[in-house]
Amino acid sequence: MNSIIFTAGARILVALLLVFSLFMLLRGHHLPGGGFIGGLIGAIAFIVYALACGSAEARTALRVSPEGLAMVGLGVALLAGLVSFVFGDPFFTGQWYWVGGDSYETAAFSINSVLVFDIGVYLVVLGGILSIAFAFEEET
Amino acid sequence: MMSWLLVMPIAIPFATAVVAYLMRMSDAGRWISLAGSALSLLASAALMVAVLERGVVAAQMSSWDAPFGITLVVDYLGAVMVVITAITGLATAIYALGEIPARLEKLGYHALFQTLIAGVTGAFMTGDVFNLYVWFEVMLISSFGLLVLGGSREQLDAGIKYVALNLVSTLVFLSGIGLLYGVTGTLNMADLRDAVANAENQGLITVIAMMFMVGFGVKAAVFPLFFWLPASYHTPSFAVSAVFAGLLTKVGVYALMRMFTLVFVGDIGFTHEILIWVSALTMLTGVLGAAAQTDFRKILSFHIISQIGYMTLGLALYTPLALMGGVFYLVHHIIVKANLFLVAGVANKLAGHTDLNRIGGLYKSSPLLAALFVIPAFSLAGFPPLSGFWAKYLIVKAAIELDNWLIAFVALFVGLLTIFSMTKIWGMAFWKPHPDGIDPTPDRVPDKVRIPMMIPIGGLAAMTILIGFYPEPFVQFAEVAAAQLLDPTDYVETVLGARP
Repeated sequence: MNSIIFTAGARILVALLLVFSLFMLLRGHHLPGGGFIGGLIGAIAFIVYALACGSAEARTALRVSPEGLAMVGLGVALLAGLVSFVFGDPFFTGQWYWVGGDSYETAAFSINSVLVFDIGVYLVVLGGILSIAFAFEEET
Repeated sequence: MMSWLLVMPIAIPFATAVVAYLMRMSDAGRWISLAGSALSLLASAALMVAVLERGVVAAQMSSWDAPFGITLVVDYLGAVMVVITAITGLATAIYALGEIPARLEKLGYHALFQTLIAGVTGAFMTGDVFNLYVWFEVMLISSFGLLVLGGSREQLDAGIKYVALNLVSTLVFLSGIGLLYGVTGTLNMADLRDAVANAENQGLITVIAMMFMVGFGVKAAVFPLFFWLPASYHTPSFAVSAVFAGLLTKVGVYALMRMFTLVFVGDIGFTHEILIWVSALTMLTGVLGAAAQTDFRKILSFHIISQIGYMTLGLALYTPLALMGGVFYLVHHIIVKANLFLVAGVANKLAGHTDLNRIGGLYKSSPLLAALFVIPAFSLAGFPPLSGFWAKYLIVKAAIELDNWLIAFVALFVGLLTIFSMTKIWGMAFWKPHPDGIDPTPDRVPDKVRIPMMIPIGGLAAMTILIGFYPEPFVQFAEVAAAQLLDPTDYVETVLGARP
């Protein structure tokens, strides 16, 4: 699409969408949001970029192949599930380490396997959607 | 660590898929896939041992107790399906060493293959209806990928039909799940048993049961919902079509067996009566469809349909003997049918085609292949003493015990027509001379390709013979599996935590 307004606008939009997608990802476990919706928003950012500057440019901006991203995401999600093995809990049991407190209400923040799982989902969704979207974009 | 025993048969194929995908540009991918399949087989064997000890094992994912979390639960039927999935997976992973070209490997063949195996295994293990739907989707997506991998015109045509019809099936299934949740407020299968029995609106329950039957029926390729199967199974590579033929339709049959023994048993006179006639028509149309075909794989595809009828018949008759026959049939058929597709692949490599009119001479030039074809082919038709004989015997005996002579007659008649198709393949591919005057000797294919393709064929044929000559332990196993299906008290109690 050769519109200077769209191309210029896309730059701002893409940056905003990417930040927003990370915000949604991190907000995930306790509030509405999460890896799935974050990944979708992230994919929209790259799709907007592909519409404005072409999918070749968008692939360069992504740096890695979307299919590979999805598969790595699957691996990350799987690892997040396997972590609970170390602690002797059933598969996918969330492992939490609270910093500055001992629960969601009191702690400043937490390090946990649930977020790792969400990051995996984020990558799977981002990679999966983009591999389809780029293929469609390049078809025509 | 019971819970990990249940997770491993699913987690290993997923992990293998990830690693194999990252290594797809090198030769290592195929060996990783092979190693992953071997590990899966070990993990499922360990699971089988646990099931033999305890009867039913269950694990609550993420420590959320049933009925709120996702439960993995394996009884005798589930355990044998998981093991047989791993065996088929390993056999086709070996076969792929010879058959799958580097071009397809670079497109991610092994990753898709392992994801498919993970999806099938997950479907056999889950104790949650919505989770079952998710596994169906995992299978659908990866099998679609495998079907169109390579992207020839014929494959895309088959892929579209396959995906469109299977999507309809999953949508019907999903709508059924939605209604079921609305009526009962739970989707845990064990919990559903009581919830469905106590539901006020039994009419609506029967409607939901029919939606499930249609959804699973498309997956299992029963009459009249089987169109997608013969339209698609003859196009992908042979390793892929062997996995499809062996496992995918059986997931539909398994789901039918599970839901219509555990949950939808309120109106057996209605639902299972329909299943009886559906099974009879499935057997007949499948075998008659096969009679009209001359392509190796198309004949075999139609025979999948006719054989599915026997398995659903085992469920439909709903006696201990019939269900036992159904379970036995399920296992026997996966081994035999996957093997026949693998044989078709070697025949194609040697003689140059799958159209029976354009090949021949295999008996004279490749007697070993001919012998390895006869074993599964005659087992399929139900010749004693091969595994298919016992499977058919149990089903027919169950039908006769119920004085359902018509069904028994149909089952025997279809067996006879199966022999007709198998002798047709035998006569045209093996006995008659090659129409182009070629001698399809084994050395037409390099050892590097031929040997990995022959090993799994020999192994699966050996299993067919083993089950045939030594059916006692397998029949006893099927008997316990059937008893568990008819009286799922253990299953329900294990899932809901009444029993440790």
